[in-house]
Amino acid sequence: MKLLQGLRPILESLLAVILGLLAGSILMMFFKYQPAEAYIALFKGSFGTLGDILETLAFAVPIMLTAITFALGVRAGLFNIGAEGQMYLGAIGAVAVAGLLHLPPVLHVLAATLAGMIAGALWSLIPALLKVWRGVHEVISTIMFNWIAYHFSIYLAIYFLAQPGRAERTVPALPTARYPVLMEGSTLTAAIFAALVFCLFIYFYLWGTRSGYELRLVGENPHAARYAGASAKKVIMISFILGGMAAGLAGASQIIGRPPAWSLYATLGNVYGLGFDGIGVALIGRNHPLGGILAAILYGALQHGGRYMEYQAGVDSEMVRAINGIIIVALSIPELWAIIKRRIKR
Amino acid sequence: MNQQRIFWIIAIVLISLLAFYGIEIAGLKPLSILEATFLAMTPLVLAAVGECINEKAGVINIGLEGILLITSVLGVYGAEIFGNGWGGLFLGMVVGAIIGLSLGLISVYARAAQVVAGMGINIFALGFVPFLLRAIWAFPGIHLFPRTLMVQPLYTFIGRISPVTIIAVALAILGHILLHRTVLGFRIKACGERPEAADVAGIRVDLIRLFTATLGGALCGLGGAFMPLCWFGGVVKEISAGRGFIALACVVFAGLEPLLALAAAFIFGFAEGFAYAVAITPGVKEIIPFYFVHMIPYITTLMVVTIAIGQRRFPAASGLPYRRE
Repeated sequence: MKLLQGLRPILESLLAVILGLLAGSILMMFFKYQPAEAYIALFKGSFGTLGDILETLAFAVPIMLTAITFALGVRAGLFNIGAEGQMYLGAIGAVAVAGLLHLPPVLHVLAATLAGMIAGALWSLIPALLKVWRGVHEVISTIMFNWIAYHFSIYLAIYFLAQPGRAERTVPALPTARYPVLMEGSTLTAAIFAALVFCLFIYFYLWGTRSGYELRLVGENPHAARYAGASAKKVIMISFILGGMAAGLAGASQIIGRPPAWSLYATLGNVYGLGFDGIGVALIGRNHPLGGILAAILYGALQHGGRYMEYQAGVDSEMVRAINGIIIVALSIPELWAIIKRRIKR
Repeated sequence: MNQQRIFWIIAIVLISLLAFYGIEIAGLKPLSILEATFLAMTPLVLAAVGECINEKAGVINIGLEGILLITSVLGVYGAEIFGNGWGGLFLGMVVGAIIGLSLGLISVYARAAQVVAGMGINIFALGFVPFLLRAIWAFPGIHLFPRTLMVQPLYTFIGRISPVTIIAVALAILGHILLHRTVLGFRIKACGERPEAADVAGIRVDLIRLFTATLGGALCGLGGAFMPLCWFGGVVKEISAGRGFIALACVVFAGLEPLLALAAAFIFGFAEGFAYAVAITPGVKEIIPFYFVHMIPYITTLMVVTIAIGQRRFPAASGLPYRRE
């Protein structure tokens, strides 16, 4: 019985995913697609061969990090949806260091990674300060910052970082600044290890340190936290900055850890939407860094398989994002499991 | 309506008049900015007024952005089916109402976390809209439709004004009357402040909240369909461009008062209209990169919210589910 209690969050997440896929199939039928054909293509595309599995993992890298951004917010009682903009800036920071500076091999990778994380953290700083000083709600401030980041990043990419002769993208990362590709022909690089290390770091921070405990306390029970002497302002700042670092790393991973582009498209096409995907992934992973890794692999499979689905069944691969939205709505219902159980018992 | 709020409205009108005068000196055309302002403020007014009433009853819908996005595409689809722009606006309203009702249902009867569910609607729209564009018109990302399907503007002494803009302003006034002068309005406010007391007094909290959620969704849907059918003449997958969240900022600024939300929408609409005017003005567009002009509405929103926040009081039970004991 106790085991069943522990499994419940996983079961609820799976249930939400199934509901999302079901709702997606209804929408497909409405527009005269074949959902069965589409979903078979989706799953074949995501786990069919070893190459596909590696590709799925490559898709999982940035979203397990943007999921951390959202999860850290929720753990601190915040609704931080600024991962999208922080991720753009992280990509810009990585491009600047990886493409313009000349450094020795290992150092260059580290420097570019750090530049991405710092840029992401800096972009999260102003919404954090607005929240602490003026109480500006983070939903509004982070969304406005996402849009400002969108235009600002395109501006920087075109005016300062463009590859000479090719206006559609920035200078590529120099070979010394690239994470090594793990298997010939795949786009999975050692960046996945950087992402996993960061997730583990957040896990140990949240459950192994005093500061992490305070963060969770403020999120769960602000009144008790005040009596225990935990500073809500400090927690807000830490949650935003660590989240910004995660999102910045996600953006950097797409520049220095993702062939074949090794650069940022001027339309931001190769990073667009990764921040919002992280929200759903964090919720499926129950706002837990390790759960987020599993959820990111699941969502990476949907994304990679989605391309195959588009090719095979003609359904736009963005449909995967719509399914993610439905999963989020399903997960917003706290008694989802109880409601379903009651229906079954009847 | 206390004195401080009246002061705010007068100050806003004076500042915008001064701004128009300043613009004329700078070589921009005030009339075209005014026209652009009226266009840009309309979806904001509609979404914000609906949300004010909705939040007064205790349901927060942060899925406005998603509703605007979906209804703008389906509005065009409706216009093409009915062969008439008004038909498209109607379909936009219906779809918006359905989404609003769905959110209401899961908030009221399944005690959903409203902010999470609203964000789910936004992300759903992010994927559903490209899917729709491809499914309906078999072309990714963008769709242009014949100009004859546009809802024609009215020619007035202050330039061209869309009839929907006039409807939106009227709805803001009606929303104010509904909330402060009718029995239904008092019931709505009771549901947001003290649902248990409202329940004891015999008010059906669940039905009131479903009604306001549906109404809010319908108004937002009208705003969504307005964008392609009265303004842009086409849809792209990013057509809403954060307007749903700017509308939320209007609601926060207004402290849930429809008339103040109208004033806030005017400020934000002006910021956007001004940005467009700057973007096309010779002499200015060479100095200021286009990308910075695009940021003006978002920066304005941040500034206004930062300055105005802290003086507003929100209903005690806003965002909380209510269940009879």
